[in-house]
Amino acid sequence: MLPLEAQSLVYEIAGQRLVDGVDLTLGAGLRSVIIGPNGAGKSLLLRLLHGLLVPSAGRVLWSGRPADRAVRLRQAMVFQRPVLLRRSAAANIRYALRAHGVNGAALKARTRDWLERADLLALADQPARVLSGGEQQRLAIARALSHGPEVLFLDEPTASLDPASTIAIERLVQAAHTAGTKIVLVTHDLGQARRFADEVIFLYRGRVEEVSPAGRFFVAARSAKARAFLEGRIVL
Amino acid sequence: MQDFGAAFGLAFELIFSGDATLAEVVLLSLRVSLSAVAVACLVGLPLGAALAVLRFPGRSAVIVVLNALMGLPPVVVGLMIYLLLSNAGPLGVFGLLYTPTAMIIAQTVLVTPIIAALTRQVVEDMHGEYREQLRSLGVERQHAMATLLWDGRYSLLTVALAGFGRAIAEVGAVIIVGGNINHVTRVMTTAITLETSKGDLGLALALGIILIGISVLVNGGVMALRGTALKAAYA
Repeated sequence: MLPLEAQSLVYEIAGQRLVDGVDLTLGAGLRSVIIGPNGAGKSLLLRLLHGLLVPSAGRVLWSGRPADRAVRLRQAMVFQRPVLLRRSAAANIRYALRAHGVNGAALKARTRDWLERADLLALADQPARVLSGGEQQRLAIARALSHGPEVLFLDEPTASLDPASTIAIERLVQAAHTAGTKIVLVTHDLGQARRFADEVIFLYRGRVEEVSPAGRFFVAARSAKARAFLEGRIVL
Repeated sequence: MQDFGAAFGLAFELIFSGDATLAEVVLLSLRVSLSAVAVACLVGLPLGAALAVLRFPGRSAVIVVLNALMGLPPVVVGLMIYLLLSNAGPLGVFGLLYTPTAMIIAQTVLVTPIIAALTRQVVEDMHGEYREQLRSLGVERQHAMATLLWDGRYSLLTVALAGFGRAIAEVGAVIIVGGNINHVTRVMTTAITLETSKGDLGLALALGIILIGISVLVNGGVMALRGTALKAAYA
């Protein structure tokens, strides 16, 4: 279903363009990382690409076609604050699998498998919402990946986590990438962006200022605003 | 008129001796109110969930009307059901007037808006939290409603208990459609009304003590549920 294309994407609220004519193509294989200052529209762009928001103008295409239910079911998203259902850790994963038509023995096996990969097997029967922040986010990622999505969107998944939790989550996401899932990550953490990105999309005031291979972006970004951002200067 | 001390003494004697008349009235009250709440939940829970999740023209007006119906005067409900079920009414052929069924119908009408309105609030709050995640998981709307109802189960049990508290304590509707007939439609509240007017305070007090006891148990149940839910972060 890739490439994912945004064509002249606009998102407007009360006359203000928060995403302002974004043209973007995300292909398979690369880990795409979206960075930019606060208010650049990163989270909005992610939600538009994933279909959680309807654009005010423009369109999102998957292999040249608008998303249908089949395409939507082959994506997943992890939010900055994990939204876990009021049930056990295992039941959260089972819920996602059932929503994607997995039942019976496969349901049980895949639930156990993903709890193990997320190092949560011992907490399978614990209420999900009493887990620690890092455990909750690992569970949210395991739940998102359990049904084998082709694209995983992540909106600052490690924003409020300690380094150990951050590493654990990056390992999970990296494993998904290795297994063939397209990763689209929004992050404020430049270190994480440097570790993770194959390509960088720099967003500023709702517009894509630059799309570059990570190696070039972090050494010699073309956009003046991107260079200022990387240097830690305030970008107005 | 008995003095109050003697009346209280008689009341406790009736309670602890397991008086047959007392037991019959209490059991009928529980049967009527629990049945009404069960039917009200069958209607009110999905109705409230639908109102919380779906968007349609006139939704705000429906919510306003539903909230207003929470304050339906019981005697007015009793009167409306009486007119429907009386011999001259459209449902008179069923011969339901002055039966426990008529009382269940009346209490169901009273309690359903309460359960629907409170359910809508609970589910809408949860939907605000879950909406994006459920959409991301590809969950369809009907399934989303079922998910919200299940995940809100502790809060919704509290809603059902609130409905039960309203039903067991009301007198206006059941006295009109039930007639307070001895051994047939006499429940705690109508019996208290009658016995007090007769000056027979012993039975009235016994029923009152039991009614308060039920109210305390219901509220205790609500608190215990809330505590359990908070402990498991299910609230």
